[in-house]
Amino acid sequence: MSLTLSNDAKTAPETGRRLLHGLAGGTPDPGLETHLERWGELRPRHHLIDELDASGLVGHGGAWFPVSTKWRSVAAGGRRRPVVVANGAEGEPASKKDALLLAHAPHLVLDGLMLAGSALRAQQAIVYVPRNSIPAVEAAVAERRAHRLDPMAIEIAESADTFISGQESSVVNALGGRRGAIPGFVGRTSIRERGVGGRPTLVQNVETLAHVALIARFGAKWFRQVGTPDNPGTMLLTVNRPEGPLIVEAVLGSSLRKATGLRPEDVARARGLLLGGYGGGWVSPATFGELPVSEKAARRAGATLGAGVVALLPPDVCPLAEMADVVRYMEGQGAGQCGPCVHGLAELADAMERLAYGGSSGPRVERILEICNLVEGRGACRHPDGVARFVRTGLSVFCDEVIAHQRRGSCSQTHAARVLPVADRTARRRLVSKA
Amino acid sequence: MSRWTLELMVDPIACDGRGVCAEMLPERIELDRWGYPIIDGEDVAPALVDHAVRAVRACPTQALHLVERRC
Repeated sequence: MSLTLSNDAKTAPETGRRLLHGLAGGTPDPGLETHLERWGELRPRHHLIDELDASGLVGHGGAWFPVSTKWRSVAAGGRRRPVVVANGAEGEPASKKDALLLAHAPHLVLDGLMLAGSALRAQQAIVYVPRNSIPAVEAAVAERRAHRLDPMAIEIAESADTFISGQESSVVNALGGRRGAIPGFVGRTSIRERGVGGRPTLVQNVETLAHVALIARFGAKWFRQVGTPDNPGTMLLTVNRPEGPLIVEAVLGSSLRKATGLRPEDVARARGLLLGGYGGGWVSPATFGELPVSEKAARRAGATLGAGVVALLPPDVCPLAEMADVVRYMEGQGAGQCGPCVHGLAELADAMERLAYGGSSGPRVERILEICNLVEGRGACRHPDGVARFVRTGLSVFCDEVIAHQRRGSCSQTHAARVLPVADRTARRRLVSKA
Repeated sequence: MSRWTLELMVDPIACDGRGVCAEMLPERIELDRWGYPIIDGEDVAPALVDHAVRAVRACPTQALHLVERRC
């Protein structure tokens, strides 16, 4: 098959439908030819990091860290040539947007990875994705190799199917690097200096890399055409609704409710809405209705947008039972490395289960909040902090349900089918023994 | 002119919760109910530095650190 490559840059999308441009309806073709037709050829762009800086692009794996700052610190990370990693691990059971991108627009992600590789003069480029995404990535990499598109080889590595598998330090560990840095901990170097194979390492979420591919083509000014000056561009959201998950592309700064496509009446009747996934926070329907698509605003409301997970809890479920299941799941999903997290999340899961199922003998709220305080900030990673936020905000948003459970015991919906997805309910964590 | 302060930090991965640190430096370290040290972010007062250094050296898993901070 011969490919006709157009030398003209394709016209940039003018609406907020960017990453999902051309992916509506049917089964979108993820092939290279369609990709090049849609977006045009990728030509090297000088000063890409400056362009990323001007664009204001931040990481969409959940950390919201400025991309240009991260790339510069990897570039300054050491004398050895770096490793660049496209991170599609997406361990959150309620997040599906990275899988969608890898299935339907893998070349956008790979373009971004190659741009990172060139800008940082990388030695090695790796795509780190779950088993289900590997066939699509393999096919895309084979197409690119056949057309000699890329300046360097692309390796594919399978990610573990666990909640924390997408955390930067977990990615580096899985790819044979050193143990990750503890934030702010002196005496342990950052993976940006010493990561995979001891080399400076860039771990960047696949959605973020897809945005990079578009900024390289159309520029920072184009990127800022939608969104607000503080909050430019778009982000993908996974909207978990009773009728099934939906992935939308939201313009930053716009109405979150409208962006999710959730009907106002469904939001009004909801028990509550979860933002940012199982390490995120709960908000009331009224708060949700007012929020813009903004990390700052979500933080002010006690939550986070994280990696773009939104979940609506419909009126016919028991929020405390939903929470108890998630906390138990999260307990089993830690790395098992830090004592306070291992013991604390186990106690937290027990307490939430007693609150949901245990009748009026359940624990007092103060006792649950005390455990939250004991785990927060005491792990090497932010896993316990996220669970603490999930529980604290939930107890506040669902305070009526908490009181009802404490008075009358478990409610009629406690044993209804769950709506929040958790992967393996039986997974339990062990404290890893230390050598 | 730059000033220095000393701060105690615990490496939560290395820490096994043996509790030696709380015995050696009860003024600054208490244990949670699982036996792991709770350390606030306050500076270590000059009068306690010697004790803090001894606690750091005594930690069987070398999880306790005394860190210099510029402020």
